[in-house]
Amino acid sequence: MVRFAVVVFPGTNCDFETERAIRKAGAEAERVWYKTSLKDFDGVVLPGGFSYADYLRAGAIAARQEIMEEVKEFAREGRPVLGICNGFQVLTEAGLLPGALRPNKTPRFICKWVHLRVADGETPFTQFYEPGEVIRMPIAHAEGNYYADDPSKVRVVFQYSDEEGNITDEVNPNGSLLNIAAVANERGNILGTMPHPERASDRFLGSEDGLRLFKSMVEWARR
Amino acid sequence: MRWKVRVIVRLKEGLNDPEGRVVGNALRNLGFNVENLRVPKYFEFELESEGPEEEVEEMCRKLLANPLIHEWEYSIEPVS
Repeated sequence: MVRFAVVVFPGTNCDFETERAIRKAGAEAERVWYKTSLKDFDGVVLPGGFSYADYLRAGAIAARQEIMEEVKEFAREGRPVLGICNGFQVLTEAGLLPGALRPNKTPRFICKWVHLRVADGETPFTQFYEPGEVIRMPIAHAEGNYYADDPSKVRVVFQYSDEEGNITDEVNPNGSLLNIAAVANERGNILGTMPHPERASDRFLGSEDGLRLFKSMVEWARR
Repeated sequence: MRWKVRVIVRLKEGLNDPEGRVVGNALRNLGFNVENLRVPKYFEFELESEGPEEEVEEMCRKLLANPLIHEWEYSIEPVS
């Protein structure tokens, strides 16, 4: 069975839910303190939370810890690397994904359900979604305003949309460029997402749309 | 040699600074006629170094700023 590491930094707080969602998707998952090694794992997930209290910039300190060298190695080898919310911020700060996540346009913490349009159904994380499909997941962040110098070079995976899949300013919660909510690297094996798939991985949570992301990742890692 | 270093990191010109906007609005509500208020980050520290300029530049590039969205300036003076 494939095994995923869920990396825990000081201040991480979505590790248990993420571990649970990966298990539900059919893989083994283990929470791993950031000072331990990632060997013996097939994939790595950086979960949400407030690593190092988001001091300096969200994700900045975590991105410069030694364990990230191993995460970079994972990425180079083409194994799956998923960053959720704070994990996404860590991945951009570490230079593993393009762009940066700036403070929300309206300077406050936003916690709510959003609709997302699947822009790319070809990544290892989205192969169980239809391109153009509209899904529901919650967001919870203060720094999710995505910015990139050259958006034409960014592999956009999810975009904030309305229920019908229209991409408009009105449904852009944080001011992100092109309503971008999730991006992948060119190769597709690294994904950063501001919406929380683990919080949409069970019917009683209000949506199961996020579970398919983990199922896609697990299925892909199995090959 | 020991140096006193002061670094200012701010969002690049043209990038929206939400915190600056809120603080600017609050000052305007108090009757002050301010515009284009920005809230940069300020760091000060002492550094033992033979080439402080180079090291401070590297610190900014590697951690204190995100070169994609920030610009920075600094002053370096010897500690007497």
